[in-house]
Amino acid sequence: MLRRRLNRLLGGDERRVDSRTIYVGHRSSSPGEPIIKFCDNRIVSSKYTVWNFLPKNLFEQFRRIANFYFLIIFLVQVIVDTPTSPVTSGLPLFFVITVTAIKQGYEDWLRHKADNEVNKYPVTVLEQGERTRKDSEKIKVGDVVEVEEDETFPCDLILLQSSRDDGTCYVTTASLDGESNHKTHYTVSDTEKDLETLNATIECEQPQPDLYKFVGRMHIYKNDQEPVVRSLGPENLLLKGATLKNTQRIYGVALYTGMETKMALNYQGKSQKRSAVEKSINAFLLVYLCILVSKALVCTILKYVWQSRPGQDEPWYNEKTQRDKETNLYLKMFTDFLSFMVLFNFIIPVSMYVTVEMQKFLGSFFITWDKDFFDPEIKEGALVNTSDLNEELGQVEYVFTDKTGTLTQNNMEFIECCIDGFQYKYRDASSELDGFCVADGPVNKVQEKAGRAKEELFLRALCLCHTVQVKEPTEQGPVDGLMDQVDAGVPHPPQEQRGFIASSPDEVALVKGAMRYGFTFLGLESRNMKILNRNNDVEMYELLHVLTFDPVRRRMSVIVRSNSGDTLLFCKGADSSIFPRVRQEEVERIRMHVERNATEGYRTLCVAYKYLSAEEFAQADAGLMEARLALQNREEKLLAVYNQVETDMSLIGATAVEDRLQEEAAETMEALQGAGIKVWVLTGDKMETAKSTCYACRLFQRSTELLELTVRTLEDGGRKREERLHELLLEYHKKAVQDAPPLKGGITRTWSSETQDYGFIIDGATLSMVLNSSSESNSSRYKSLFLQICQNCTSVLCCRMAPLQKAQIVKMVKNSKGNPITLSIGDGANDVSMILEAHVGIGIKGKEGRQAVRNSDYAIPKLKHLKKLLLAHGHLYYVRIAHLVQYFFYKNLCFILPQFLYQFFCGYSQQPLYDAAYLTMYNICFTSMPILAYSLLEQHICIEVLLDNAALYREIAKNGMLRWRPFLYWTLLGVFHGLLFFFGVRYLFSNPALQDNGQVFGNWSYGTIVFTILVFTVTLKLALDTRHWTWINHFVIWGSLLFYVFFSFFWGGIIWPFLKQQRLYFVFANMLSSVSAWLVIILLILLSLLPEILLVVFRKPRGPNSRQMLHLL
Amino acid sequence: MMASSYNAKDEDGHITVTGPGGGAVLRSKKPENTAFKQQRLPAWQPILTAGTVLPAFFIIGLLFIPIGIGLFVTSNNIKEFEIDYTGADTSSPCFNCSQNFSWNSTSPCTCTVPFYLEQPYESNVYVYYGLSNFYQNHRRYVKSRDDSQLNGNLKSLREPSKECEPYAYHNNKPIAPCGAIANSMFNDTLELFYNDPNGTSVKILLGTTGIAWWTDKHVKFGNPGGVDSNLSAVFQGAGGCWSLALSNAYKRDSTRSSSSDRLSVSGTTKPLNWRRPVYELDSDQSNNGFVNEDFIVWMRTAALPTFRKLYRIIGKSSQMVPTLPRGNYTLEVVYNYPVRSFEGRKRMILSTISWMGGKNPFLGIAYITVGSVCFFLGVVLLVIHHKCGNRNNGAEISN
Repeated sequence: MLRRRLNRLLGGDERRVDSRTIYVGHRSSSPGEPIIKFCDNRIVSSKYTVWNFLPKNLFEQFRRIANFYFLIIFLVQVIVDTPTSPVTSGLPLFFVITVTAIKQGYEDWLRHKADNEVNKYPVTVLEQGERTRKDSEKIKVGDVVEVEEDETFPCDLILLQSSRDDGTCYVTTASLDGESNHKTHYTVSDTEKDLETLNATIECEQPQPDLYKFVGRMHIYKNDQEPVVRSLGPENLLLKGATLKNTQRIYGVALYTGMETKMALNYQGKSQKRSAVEKSINAFLLVYLCILVSKALVCTILKYVWQSRPGQDEPWYNEKTQRDKETNLYLKMFTDFLSFMVLFNFIIPVSMYVTVEMQKFLGSFFITWDKDFFDPEIKEGALVNTSDLNEELGQVEYVFTDKTGTLTQNNMEFIECCIDGFQYKYRDASSELDGFCVADGPVNKVQEKAGRAKEELFLRALCLCHTVQVKEPTEQGPVDGLMDQVDAGVPHPPQEQRGFIASSPDEVALVKGAMRYGFTFLGLESRNMKILNRNNDVEMYELLHVLTFDPVRRRMSVIVRSNSGDTLLFCKGADSSIFPRVRQEEVERIRMHVERNATEGYRTLCVAYKYLSAEEFAQADAGLMEARLALQNREEKLLAVYNQVETDMSLIGATAVEDRLQEEAAETMEALQGAGIKVWVLTGDKMETAKSTCYACRLFQRSTELLELTVRTLEDGGRKREERLHELLLEYHKKAVQDAPPLKGGITRTWSSETQDYGFIIDGATLSMVLNSSSESNSSRYKSLFLQICQNCTSVLCCRMAPLQKAQIVKMVKNSKGNPITLSIGDGANDVSMILEAHVGIGIKGKEGRQAVRNSDYAIPKLKHLKKLLLAHGHLYYVRIAHLVQYFFYKNLCFILPQFLYQFFCGYSQQPLYDAAYLTMYNICFTSMPILAYSLLEQHICIEVLLDNAALYREIAKNGMLRWRPFLYWTLLGVFHGLLFFFGVRYLFSNPALQDNGQVFGNWSYGTIVFTILVFTVTLKLALDTRHWTWINHFVIWGSLLFYVFFSFFWGGIIWPFLKQQRLYFVFANMLSSVSAWLVIILLILLSLLPEILLVVFRKPRGPNSRQMLHLL
Repeated sequence: MMASSYNAKDEDGHITVTGPGGGAVLRSKKPENTAFKQQRLPAWQPILTAGTVLPAFFIIGLLFIPIGIGLFVTSNNIKEFEIDYTGADTSSPCFNCSQNFSWNSTSPCTCTVPFYLEQPYESNVYVYYGLSNFYQNHRRYVKSRDDSQLNGNLKSLREPSKECEPYAYHNNKPIAPCGAIANSMFNDTLELFYNDPNGTSVKILLGTTGIAWWTDKHVKFGNPGGVDSNLSAVFQGAGGCWSLALSNAYKRDSTRSSSSDRLSVSGTTKPLNWRRPVYELDSDQSNNGFVNEDFIVWMRTAALPTFRKLYRIIGKSSQMVPTLPRGNYTLEVVYNYPVRSFEGRKRMILSTISWMGGKNPFLGIAYITVGSVCFFLGVVLLVIHHKCGNRNNGAEISN
């Protein structure tokens, strides 16, 4: 998977070699060529049809191992003569299967409905010059489709014509990637106004899922002239699912249809994440399966040993039927084994799966309901995308967080700039006309300004070098909100009340910064950029080329031609990418400022420019044009041209933009560290900025010793990087791992002051060296060294990370020793890969669109909510489900154990101890509700205490409640209870005359007494464990006990016409009329709960409750 | 996983709108501030501490020990006498009967077992028969009955349930009552004689009613054809009486039977091992047929392979004389029931009864043990708590 993605990133995908040719309007396909059939425009997202629903759904369901197991048990019961009727296991299974089928059927019906809505949507298609209405599903590749404003595109289209003059149209992709802003798309230049006479072919790549990548070429044939070739890119492609905005009407040619559209290709569901608890359940299940099989085996063997004694197999009073006698001995043994399996199969209950599912589903509502997660700004609360991972929130050991937008607000503000080595700071209160003054110059040249020409050049550069668009205030309706972009306090003339749309908030901050200094960007009109300068004159620049931003270059440029005819290139970008490309003598003056700004936590950008001579421009222009037309390796070719053009520039200045910390970011990080969670910051930002953010978030303390492994430290020694890397890794390893105190169990280790804290910093380039070292042996060795160092550091900062590297790091930690549970939190599209990679992915409903939220497991509005999500919700969910699982195994063990023991007293004849009704109802009715209520409502420690004491989180770390020790404890408890129930009643029955009228009790009374003790003990055991008694707990605990009593009366009170045997007729009532039965019930319940009570007392001083006690006192 | 491939984008993300709102209508769904949804339901938060548990231990101890003593004393006061008359030993008076047993013998084998009661038995005395190594709880055995037949259902009388196999039909006639349980009904006759010191032997009156559960006798079990019908006619299905009874019965549940069955039926047969048919179990009509109490008692299958069943009740005759005075008695057994083939034992038990039932020291001992353990633990905990408590208090203060 990773390699595939990597391939795509590097552009080395073979599939791109294939291309498809499309004839616009289906005309002019030369007769010789075969017409390639493309798929139709029908979207099928549903899984089932009416006909295949039942078989397909059943097949899907029985592929689950648990369901299959229960099906087998059921079939055995039907086929073999078994002690319990098939109903006892068939009914619960039927219930589970039906509920699941109904749920899935409903979901599929919704999908069908949605599909139909899309497929039957009427669209307008131009055919032979006439507009015809069609169902959307009938669109064929090559059709020219008309789309009106606010309609969604029915398939992927190449924009041919727009009703707007400048050949653009606006689009929102809210339903595609959740970004609700407007994006601009362009028509293919030189297409004729009259689409009827348009004669063209389009060559483009085969469908691929990347929403932001598209390459194609359009040949336009004009009357007998040479065909004109135009390049097609993502800016020409309108995606299915996007909506047309602010544009009356467009025409486009269908390129990809139906399941080949980019939206459909992206439809694949996320891979399912499984929680650690589920793995534990499966392990326990295996243990219980072994117990089950061994019980059945023991019974079968003993049965045949016992039967071999004379007179036992078939005494005169109990003869076999003819069929029994004729059955083959080995077949009989086998069916006996199966019968025992069936008799004991209740030890693995169907209902556990139902209860766990219900607990997860219902429990997740508490996250959405939590008003603490509600953010008044965006008017939204938390969002739960999956309920499977609730308990995983309580097990997190590593948190990987993004910086921009997650730790920081991504609310950029222009703070200061530096022009030609002089520092300028904007003051709100400044009364100077231009609002532009020197705040603080370089140390040696106080109160001096750079030349005015330099200033203006710098500001023009800021105004020109960007891809910001001006939101025109001509539109009405919902877009109005976009135009309220006014800086409070600064009076603006009406025409300046404008909003900006940009690809990154930094750009807006810079343009707005320039505006405050007197240079206002007015917008782009037919490739002319308009600027209002300080003297309120409008300057026009012709925009010749935009050399777009990309993360590899980390810079962008524009080439413009001024009125005077000069061709200028403005470039802005990260210092590391600009400095090598400018004249070196300018660098030093600016570098000081940049570095100081960076340490203060600001985002810095450097601005450079260069005059292009006519030849230079012509060369660049040709290169760019050629690269853009390339069908293959377009990106590489473009990159080469960009690099060639952006050289020998002169540096003008630098800017500093502040990105404020999120609310309570520091407190949250501190709480996470207190909880024993290691926080790693993964960012694409530069080291200095990221480091200062880390200090601000208190991830690094002043006392923290930083271990740096960056390109800079690698180049220090002046030796080969590889050698230096090796040396540094060893040195750090010695420092952090070998010299650290031996007790470093990660969780148990205290973060107190005695031990030296280490922080580790690594950058993307070095990381790739570590991971992809030249020799294989080194690579794995470096990796393990790196991991060991990281695991011993309190926090790790990884800067200059590409999105894929983030995922690589998460994956590396995830697969390291002990398989720690990882959590990724981020807000942007660049975090999606790590959100998907980590065990738990959390999206922040931030400003960078909704992709992170869509791909996350949980989404929260702010970083600060992470604290409650993990420390309170996660902790509680974990405790609840862990207890639920253990309790379920326990209660079924002590349910079935007496039945097993009874076999020793009934000649191993598979005689059930309990009545069939009790066998069936035990897990469904009598004992299911209290544990469900417990697993939803329990707060063994109340939420406030959990939030105040982050250390409590460590007590459940490493799956603490579901390890083998607690499992063994619960199992032994179940065995103890089972033995007690059975033998207690067994000794009572040594004289079965238990009533005061001398009458005797039979086997069903025996079973009913045991069962009564069982139900009460198991329920009261839960009551003992409940630390948080709401009225619901009271209701279900006492209610289910009452229900049991009433049910027993009812079940035994009537001769049931449909039953073959009236086994329990008045058994329960007679039992209650016996004093001895009462006494034994009370005695055994008390006796079985006694150890539990004792344990509570003895465990108290060290248990989690002690701390709670302290706080409550 | 596929979906993730396109998401790998740069730090600077994608196009962003400055300014509040994004054009899209945002759902304003502020969570309701209810106690339930905020997980703030008022709750009782009990905490088990030594302080709360200790009194409980003492209370349990103080309650259980007297109860246990009471139970123990009661159990000890119950008089019980048990005699094994299996006839396994050559010295046993019933040895001959057990040796010469044959299902086909017409003349019953009788043996007398003398015994001596050392104490007089006051109040009602209950006579039990006990069987050992008899698996009444064997699955094949337990299910081998037809409760609807026993309830008096005519259709089941003629077509016994499959569960009764191989005791459902004999010579193509349905067996009534069917099944292994009924077939193996205990059929020894036990009679008690008191050997007066003056030499005469007095037969002791044994009450045959009140030995089965009331509900069993009156609801669960019922004779076919109603209370007042001629039982022998119903079961034999002969002559006019049969059709009369049938027609009566058809009126009652005409829905269930079809008239075509009528001709094919020619009565029922007794269980193979029975010497008398079911309608001749007792001369008293209210204790005959399926509602015979001996039969009902036998039909309640025992829980364990060694069990006792109530056989007769010796009612208290007068206030002055003990029901069974001290002295010599003779047990006269009509030995019909073979147990040697499966190494079983047969016993006759005489027992008085208290409010807790028959003699069973288990409950008393268990209560005394648990009570004392609780009390002892209470003391130990108190000591520990007293010692540690001081330390804990100190720690709490230092915190």
